[in-house]
Amino acid sequence: MLFEARNIIKQYAQHTALNKVSIAVPEQSIFGLLGPNGAGKTTLIRIINQIIAPDSGELLLNGKKLQPADVQRIGYLPEERGLYKKMKVGEQAIYLAQLKGLSASDAKKELFIWFEKFGIADWWDKKVEDLSKGMAQKIQFIVTIIHKPELLIFDEPFSGFDPINVNLLKKEILNLRDQGTTIIFSTHNMASVEEVCDHIALINNAETILEGEVHDIKKRFKENIYEFNVDGQIEALETDIKQHFKLMQSEPSEFGQKMSVKINGDATSNDLVKLITKHGNIISYNELLPNMNEIFINMVEEKTQ
Amino acid sequence: MNKILLIIQREYLTRVKKKSFIIMTFLGPLLMAGIWIVPFYLSTMTDDVKIISVLDESGMFLKELKGDETTKFVKALPDLEEAKENLLATEQYALLYIPLPKSNIPSSAIIYSNGQASLEVKNYVKNNMKRIIEDEKLKLHGIPREVLKSIETNVYVSSIKLDGSGNEEQSSVEINMVLGLFSAILIYFFIFLFGAQVMRGVIEEKTSRVIEIIVSSVKPFQLMMGKIVGIALVGLTQFMLWIVLTLVIVGGFQTFYADELLATNAMPNYTSQGLFPEDVQEVEDPFADVQDGSLSFMIESVRAINFPLVIGAFIFFFLGGYLLYAALFAAIGSAVDSEADTQQFMMPITIPLILSIVMAQFIINDPSGHVAFWFSIFPLTSPIIMMLRIPFGVPVWELTLSAILLVSGFLFTTYIAGRIYRTGILMYGKKVSYKELWKWFFYKG
Repeated sequence: MLFEARNIIKQYAQHTALNKVSIAVPEQSIFGLLGPNGAGKTTLIRIINQIIAPDSGELLLNGKKLQPADVQRIGYLPEERGLYKKMKVGEQAIYLAQLKGLSASDAKKELFIWFEKFGIADWWDKKVEDLSKGMAQKIQFIVTIIHKPELLIFDEPFSGFDPINVNLLKKEILNLRDQGTTIIFSTHNMASVEEVCDHIALINNAETILEGEVHDIKKRFKENIYEFNVDGQIEALETDIKQHFKLMQSEPSEFGQKMSVKINGDATSNDLVKLITKHGNIISYNELLPNMNEIFINMVEEKTQ
Repeated sequence: MNKILLIIQREYLTRVKKKSFIIMTFLGPLLMAGIWIVPFYLSTMTDDVKIISVLDESGMFLKELKGDETTKFVKALPDLEEAKENLLATEQYALLYIPLPKSNIPSSAIIYSNGQASLEVKNYVKNNMKRIIEDEKLKLHGIPREVLKSIETNVYVSSIKLDGSGNEEQSSVEINMVLGLFSAILIYFFIFLFGAQVMRGVIEEKTSRVIEIIVSSVKPFQLMMGKIVGIALVGLTQFMLWIVLTLVIVGGFQTFYADELLATNAMPNYTSQGLFPEDVQEVEDPFADVQDGSLSFMIESVRAINFPLVIGAFIFFFLGGYLLYAALFAAIGSAVDSEADTQQFMMPITIPLILSIVMAQFIINDPSGHVAFWFSIFPLTSPIIMMLRIPFGVPVWELTLSAILLVSGFLFTTYIAGRIYRTGILMYGKKVSYKELWKWFFYKG
């Protein structure tokens, strides 16, 4: 584990922001930190960044207790983010990089590489207030990763970006992961979770209610529903299926008949396939896995009830 | 530590590079130098020669009225009506009519002029006539003018300060008052000006949300201290530049116009305004001895001021007072979302400052009294009140006590402010009350 938080408790005067929350982030993974608004995600992220201190609990980076100096090994792109409006882009980027421990000359060299990569080299001498929101976000992204941190924390990184830049960013995030960086990724956007995250933790009401690898979780929540398109004696097939399985849906489609079937008990997917082939030709066949959005909503609603 | 330096550097450079700073830096000395230069400049503008025709029915004055390079006296037409018409018809400045006196010696005159005769001309004529009449009267009594001069007496009451070791110091209450008030007001002004800059800086970081990025690299306390120190340096820079530039402008002006200065010194009217005291002594003026006396006394008093102490104390109390208040200003900035919300928290901070200025008049009249003592010891008022007192002399133990309390006061407010600040900067869109601030103070970590 590159990063671990164990039994983190943080209480404010009236409410508990985090109640014995633990997460374990494996090295070189993208770890999704999910949860509804006010669940405690931002508090946890601020604790990891040592902006605030937990009341109790342990924080480990690479197995060692997190130290104040470790802020230089962490990069943080906050959800509420901004830049000094009156400062020039280049000057400001160098300043922020220096605060993360880079020397001015190293910072400049690295920044030039990234500015070239994002095609924004000619912004160097512009004032931040003259940039659009999306432009400023790009600079914030660069500044977050410029000191090559081992652990990157993105809080809603895609908000404020257009789809083209979202793709650009996603690519860069995956690249960083492949190069060995570990990433904590906090978001509401479930589609992006499915695309990029390897692991997730779901926090609700100050507690972790779900944690694990994305495909494990999906497996855990799957309901053994299969969807297929078939061409043949539809009526006979329907009757047969109803005898052994639960027919969820059946309707004509452009490839014959589209059906979805839930398999109960000991029966397997193979049994269903055999049955279908008796009556017709399979055009397509796949298991319907729950998407993260459904899991998220189900879990949160279940807990709140 | 290195990071604090980075923050100080940024806070300093971004402000010093601002247009408003550069404008203020040049405008300030111009204004200050202007106070010196403008009156002088205006006085040199009235340079055309004024011709005054004199209708002297007594026949006593005309030959005695000498005039100088700006004023000339000429004989007027013998008839008053004709003389008046002549005045209207010519370029002459005025007509001085001295009617035949009822007694032996005339004592009144009338000035007719095209426009309103200037006070300057009126006084000039009056002084000249007075001198002539006095001479005439002295002659009547057989007293030479020199005798009169020797009788003329001016009384000065000097105040001399005694200290324990038997040293005597001449002092001028007036000069001490001016010096005390000037430095006290300057401190008041600087605390407000630069304290508010700290507050605005904090609000800017909060509203632009750059704060979250910064505090993931440095401790909030480092950021706060970096900002406070950076702006203190901006204040000191501005102050030094003002002093240097004012001296340069005034000095440059004096060398450039040295000739005119000497010329104007020949004119009694201008020198009596005392614009350039060091040159006044050269003036030949009936009242020169009077000015000479008070001037040397003034110079003596100015010399008696312990400038290293005053300047040292000014820098110490300015920095101490600024640091104490700047921390509070930073805490306020962290608690609000916009400058408009600062009002309710500004009140308690401004009250001691304004009270100090309001009390200044009272304290300067009794700079060693009980009120003065307590106000100059209490850290929230001491920066201003102590500066008022220092030119009058303050016992060392009082200075030391005040200094120690100011430093502890500053450490205390910084501690409180730091605790409020680190919570406040991360709170957005929350209407904050004093109760809330109190809670923040006790938050852990």
